[in-house]
Amino acid sequence: MAGHNPWPNEGNTGHIWDEDIRELDNPPPLWWMLAFYAGFIMIIFYAIYYPTIPLANGFTKGIAGWTAIKEYEESYNELKAWRKQKFADKEEKLASLPLADIMKDTDLKLYAVATSKMLYGDNCAACHGAGGMGNPNFPVLADDDWLWGGHINQIHASIANGRVGNMPARGMMGNLSDEEIEQVTDYVMALSQGKGNDPAVAAGKAVYAKGMCLACHGPNGKPLAPNGAANLTDQIWRFVPFNDGTCKSMVEKTQRDAVLRTIKYGVNVKKNGDLIDCTREGAMPAWKGRLSDKDIKRLAIYVHELGGGQ
Amino acid sequence: MSVKDGTSKSLLDEYEVNSKTLEEIGVEILPVNTGKTVHAKRIPGRFRTLKWIAASVWLTLFFGPYLRWNGEQAILWDLPNRQFHFFGLTILPQDIWVLAMILLFFALLLAAVTAVAGRVWCGFFCFHTVWTDVFTWLEEKFEGSPAKRIKLDQAPWTWEKIKVKIPKHLAWLAIGFATSFSFLAFFTDSFDLWKRLFHFDLGFWEWATIIVIGLATYFFAGFMREQVCIGFCPYARIQGAMIDETTILPTYDKDRGEPRAQMKERNAYVRKVMQKYIEQGLDKKEARKKAEEEADQHFGDCIDCRLCVDVCPTGVDIRLGQQFGCITCGLCIDACDSIMDKIKKPRGLIRYASLDDFLGKEPPPIWKRPRVIVYTTVMLIAAGLLVWKLTHLSPIDVKALHDRAPLFVQLSDGSIQNKYTIKIVNKTNKPMAAKVEVKGPEGLVALVDPVIPVQPGTVASAVLRVRIPKNALKGKETPIDIIVRDANNPDIKAVYHSVFLYPLYR
Repeated sequence: MAGHNPWPNEGNTGHIWDEDIRELDNPPPLWWMLAFYAGFIMIIFYAIYYPTIPLANGFTKGIAGWTAIKEYEESYNELKAWRKQKFADKEEKLASLPLADIMKDTDLKLYAVATSKMLYGDNCAACHGAGGMGNPNFPVLADDDWLWGGHINQIHASIANGRVGNMPARGMMGNLSDEEIEQVTDYVMALSQGKGNDPAVAAGKAVYAKGMCLACHGPNGKPLAPNGAANLTDQIWRFVPFNDGTCKSMVEKTQRDAVLRTIKYGVNVKKNGDLIDCTREGAMPAWKGRLSDKDIKRLAIYVHELGGGQ
Repeated sequence: MSVKDGTSKSLLDEYEVNSKTLEEIGVEILPVNTGKTVHAKRIPGRFRTLKWIAASVWLTLFFGPYLRWNGEQAILWDLPNRQFHFFGLTILPQDIWVLAMILLFFALLLAAVTAVAGRVWCGFFCFHTVWTDVFTWLEEKFEGSPAKRIKLDQAPWTWEKIKVKIPKHLAWLAIGFATSFSFLAFFTDSFDLWKRLFHFDLGFWEWATIIVIGLATYFFAGFMREQVCIGFCPYARIQGAMIDETTILPTYDKDRGEPRAQMKERNAYVRKVMQKYIEQGLDKKEARKKAEEEADQHFGDCIDCRLCVDVCPTGVDIRLGQQFGCITCGLCIDACDSIMDKIKKPRGLIRYASLDDFLGKEPPPIWKRPRVIVYTTVMLIAAGLLVWKLTHLSPIDVKALHDRAPLFVQLSDGSIQNKYTIKIVNKTNKPMAAKVEVKGPEGLVALVDPVIPVQPGTVASAVLRVRIPKNALKGKETPIDIIVRDANNPDIKAVYHSVFLYPLYR
C-alpha cells in the first residue's frame, strides 16, 4: 500500500495497491440497498415467528412453535401414513392368507422379504448372523440343512414356539464308556464321509446301536423326520470346535473333539436344575407374543428365502 | 511498445498522466443503452432473412409436443416414470449420461462457433433474441414505425393511447402462454393437457409453470429486451471472452469509412471544389467529376446516416468498434449495404471480418487454430459416444449383485452356494419374460424363478442361487456368466460377468 495518495480529490479511501489500484467509496445501487433493508425488516418477523434468541435457560420459542424434531416427526409420520396406505392390501394379505398361499404369490413373497430385513437384524441376527450366515454353534440359516425342518410351516413353528435341543450324555441310557464313546465318534466322523460301512468303524457302528443313537439320528445317521437331531451323514456340523469357556474338562482342537464332546456331555443336559459342565447349549426362544403373528410369518418367509428353504 | 523485448513493464508506463482512470489512459468506455426503450428500425436484407430462417428452428418448440410416433407422443419427458421418449427410443435414468454427452456437444459447439464466427448463437438462435425479435415485429404491426412508437411513448396516457397499446400486450401475453404451454406439453401428454386445461383440471405445478414461464416470456421479451443480453446473460460474457483476433465479427471498416461526413457536408465540399475548377476554365461536367474524385480522397465512405445504429436491436454504435453490447446479428450490415447501394459505393463498409483481416494478416486456416482443434476434438468425442450409445442402446440391462452376508454357504452335500440378486431393466415398451441361465464350471446348478416378468420401463429383481461342487472350484474366485434372455423376443439377450466366491481356507 502506498503511503501517499496521488489522487486526493477522487474520493478514494486511501487504500492503494500496486501504485494505481485503489478503493473507492461508491454507494451501492438503490435496489440493492432496498433489498438489504428489506432483509433487516424480515429479521423482525423471523424472530417473532421462529425460535431465535438464546436466553440464560432456554431460548425464545417463536409463535409458530416450530422445532426441528417436530418437523422431522411430521414428515416421518407422513411417510409412515403413505406406506401404510400404499401397502395396505399387501399387509392385509400377509395377515390373512396361509403361508403356503403367500409363498405362491411372488410379489407378496418379495414384499415379505423386503420388509423383514430390519426385523431379522433386530431379533435374529445376534445369533444366526447377518443374512443367516450363522455363528459358531448357532445354526446357519442360509444352507439346506435343517434340524427342525426347512419347510415354510416348520420354520414358522420354530420361530413362533422356539426350539430346545435335547441330547442325552453318553447315549440314550447314559451308559457308554469312554472307550465306546471314542469308537462311536470315529463312526460318526466316517458317516459324514460316506464311509459308515467301513470295517474299521464296525465297533463304533455297534456302539451307535447300543447307545440307541438311532432313535433320533436314524438307523443310517440320518433322522427319519426332522426332530432336532443333526443329520450325521452330511458335511455340515451342528457343533464345531469353538472353545468359548463353557467346557472346563476338555479342549476342542479338531472337529472330532467337538463331536466327542457332544456325545460325552450331550445337549442341554441338566443336573439338579443346572446345566452340567461341557454340555452343549442349544435353545431358541419363542417369538410368539414378542412379535405379532404377521411379523412371525414375514420372518418365516425371509428365513426360508435366505438360501435353503425347502 | 512491445511486451516481448522486456523494455516496458506496463501498458500504463507510456502515459504521462497523474490519474490513470480508463478514460484518461485513452480507453473509450463504449456507451450502453440503459435508458429508453430501443426502437430499432426493421429493414429487409440478407441477414434479416437469415435471422428469420434461424428463428424458425424454434417452431419445433410449438409443434414438437403434437408429433406422434407409433401412437405415442414422439418427444416426452416422462418425469413421474423417469423415462425420456424420443421417437420410439426410450432413455431410462441408467442411460442419462447420454444427456450429458448432448449437453457437452452443444456447449462445445457454442464455443467452436463463437471462436470462428462470434456470437452466432446470440445473434440468430438465442430464444431471447428470437422472442424479442417477434415481439418487436408485433409492436411494429400494432403501433407503427419506430418514430411513431417513440412519439406514442412520450405522449400522455389517454384512452386513445391505451386502446393502441392493449392489442400488443394481448398478443405478447398470448405468445407467452403459447411458449409456457408448449414447454409444459413436452412433459406430459400434449392433447390431454389441452383437454385438462379447458376443464380447469391442471395441477398446482402445471398452473405455476404456465403462469411463471408465460409471464417471464412476456416480461423479458416485451420489456427487458437488450438489457438481458447486456446485463443479465452470463453466456454473453462467456462468449465475449471466447473470441480472438481471428474471429470474424460484424466490423466497421474504419480506414475506409473515416473521416465520415454527412451528404450535406460532402456536397458543400464538392460544390466548392467544382467552383474552383470552373473558375480554372473546365466545363461543368468535368469539374464535377474531378470534384467528386477529390471528395472521395478527402472523405471516407461513411456518410454518418446512423442507419446502422437505428437498426441495432441492442442500440449500440458498431462504428465504435467491437463491443460487449453487440450480439453480432448482422442487421447493421444489411443497413449499411442498402445505403452503399444507394450512394453507389461498394458494399461492405460494415462486414464480417476479423481483426487480422484489418491488419492485413492472413489468419491461419480454421483447421489450424488451436481452439477450433480442441473444441472440435471434444465435440467429436461427445458425438461419437452419443452415436455409439444410440446405436448400441440395449433393450435390456442386467446387473447381478452378489450377496455379501454370507458370501458363500456350504451345503449338506458339500457343494458351495452363492446367492445373487439379479436386477433386470426392461427398456422396451413391451413386457418381458426373462429367463436366466448361468454358465460356469461343470456341475453348476442355478436355482431361480423359471420366468421373471418385467414390465416395460421397470426393474424386476429376482434371487439367483448358484451351487457348484467343491471339487470343481479351483480358486477363491471362479468367473461365471449370467445370461438373461427374453422368452417373448429371442433377440433380446444380456450377459453379466460375475464371480463365484469360495473360501481360500478349507
